[in-house]
Amino acid sequence: MALIDVSDLHVRFGEVHAVRGVSFRVAEGESYGIVGESGSGKSTVLRAICGLAPISEGRVTVAGEELGRRRSAGFHRRLQMVFQDPYASLHPRHTIDRVLSEPLAIHGFDDREARILRALDEVGLGRGFRFRYPHQLSGGQRQRVAIARALILEPRVMLLDEPTSALDASIQAEVLNLLDRLRAERGLTYILVSHDLAVVAHMCERLLVMQHGQAVEELTRADLRARAARETYTRDLLAASEGYRPAESIR
Amino acid sequence: MTRTEWLLSEQPASRRQARLGQAYRTWLALKANRLAMVGLTLVLALIAVALLAPWIAPYDPIVGGDLRTDRLQPPSWEHPMGTDDLARDIFSRVIHGARLTLMVVVLVAVIATPIGLAIGTTAGYFGGWIDTVLMRATDIFLAFPRLILALAFVAALGPGIENAIIAIALTSWPPYARLARAETLTIRDSDFINAARLQGASSLRILWGHVTPLCLSSVVVRVTLDMAGIILTAAGLGFLGLGAQPPQPEWGAMIAGGRRFIIDYWWVATMPGLAIFAVSLGFNLLGDGLRDVLDPKARK
Repeated sequence: MALIDVSDLHVRFGEVHAVRGVSFRVAEGESYGIVGESGSGKSTVLRAICGLAPISEGRVTVAGEELGRRRSAGFHRRLQMVFQDPYASLHPRHTIDRVLSEPLAIHGFDDREARILRALDEVGLGRGFRFRYPHQLSGGQRQRVAIARALILEPRVMLLDEPTSALDASIQAEVLNLLDRLRAERGLTYILVSHDLAVVAHMCERLLVMQHGQAVEELTRADLRARAARETYTRDLLAASEGYRPAESIR
Repeated sequence: MTRTEWLLSEQPASRRQARLGQAYRTWLALKANRLAMVGLTLVLALIAVALLAPWIAPYDPIVGGDLRTDRLQPPSWEHPMGTDDLARDIFSRVIHGARLTLMVVVLVAVIATPIGLAIGTTAGYFGGWIDTVLMRATDIFLAFPRLILALAFVAALGPGIENAIIAIALTSWPPYARLARAETLTIRDSDFINAARLQGASSLRILWGHVTPLCLSSVVVRVTLDMAGIILTAAGLGFLGLGAQPPQPEWGAMIAGGRRFIIDYWWVATMPGLAIFAVSLGFNLLGDGLRDVLDPKARK
C-alpha cells in the first residue's frame, strides 16, 4: 500500500487556481521527485500535503490517515519538511540548540541532550555549532541545521522543497549526498521538489513533471536516462537541462 | 582565556554563554555611539538621584523654611536653585521629584508595553475577525489626542499620581499594538514560523517564543522614545492639577506653582522645567541609540 496517496488534488488561493487535479502515490522508502518550471505549482503540492496550503478539493492520505484542516501531533512526528531558503527557515534570534530542542519539547521527547548531539553529528556539524546563532553559519551549514531539525522528530516522510537551490554548486553536492545517506540509513521516504532535472535524476526513482498546476507525465529514472519522454513539454525540459547550445548545432 | 574572549567566542559552550555573548555585542555597538552614551548617562543619573534622594537633598522637600525671610529667594550657595513661595528649597524638591518621574516612567512602561505587545501580536498573527476587533478598538483609542483622553480618565478616576499613571498607561499602548502588529504581519508567513507550525507548535508557543522576541526590539525602542512624551504628559496633568497633588514635588505641578511669578521670580518655574528637559533629552538620545543597535531594519 502506498504511504502517501494524493488523488485529484486542487489548491486554490482565492481566484488563483494553483494546483489543478494532481494525483500520485509514493510507496514507503521510495524517493519521489516533482519537477517543473517556476509557478508550475510543484511547491504548492508539498505545502498542501504538510498543511501550509489549503486542500480545496481531492484527497491526501499519509499512512492511511486522511488529512483535513487540522493535523494531529502524530502527523507532525511522521512527516517533516526542509525548506528552500536556509536563510529564511531558521529563527534569527534562536541558537541552534533552541532550534533543535523546541520540537523535542513540543512532543515531550526524553533524553534531549543526547538527541541534540546525535542530530548534530548525523548532519555533519560538530558540537561546537550547538550554541551558535544562524547568522554565524554559512548557507550550507544552515541547511544542515534545517535537516537536523526535521530529522530530530524521527519522521518517516521528509518533504524537500528545493533543498539545494539556494546553495552554491559544491555545497549542493554535499547536501544531496547527506540526504541520500540519511535515507539509506533510516529508510526514509522522500518527496523532492526541484526545477533541476539533474538533482531529481540523482535522488529519485520516479518523478512527476508538472506544468501550469497540472501533471504532465510520470517518468521512472530509467525513462529519464533513456530520454524516453512522451510529452513535448518533458522533451523540452530534457533538452533545456542539457544546457546551452549555440543555435547552429540545433539546425 | 580573558572574560572578553569568553564573551565573544565563536563557539559558545552553553546557553548562558551564547546569550551573554549576544548581549555583550549589543553593548559594544551601543557603546560606540557617543550620543547614546550621553542619553544613558542622563537616564542612569535620574535613577541614581531617585534612589539616593533623601541623602542628596539638603533640605526637606515638603516642609519649608521661615516664611518671613526664606520665600522666593534667588539661587545662591545656600539654595542652589532658589526657594519657592512657601520657602521650600527648589533643589531638594527637584531631587525628590525625580522619584515621582521615575515611578511614572517605569510603571507606564511596565503596564503599556505588555498590553500593546499582546494585542498587536495576537491581531497580526491570527488575522481575520480577531484582527478587525482588536484593531478597531485600538483605532478608537488612537482617535483621541493623548492628553485629552488621559484627562478624561483622570477626571473619571479622580486626581492623583496613581490615577495619572493608569490614565497615561491606558492611552499609550495603542501605538505599540500597531507597531507589534505590523512587525508580526511581516514575519507570520516566513519559513521559520511555518517550520514551527509544522513541528506542531501551538499558537501560544509561536506567539510567545517566535513572534514576540522579534517584535520586542522595535517596541522597546519606541517605548524609550516615548518616555519623553510620557514624562511631559505626566507633567502636563500635574500642571493642570490632575496629576500629583500638592505638596508632592512633581515637576509639572512645580512649574504650575511657579507660573504666577514667572516674570519676577523666574527660577521657580525654570528649574523643574530644566529637569524635565534633561530627562526627556536623555531618553530620546538613548532611544535613538537603541534603535541603531536593536532595530534590524535600520541596520546597515
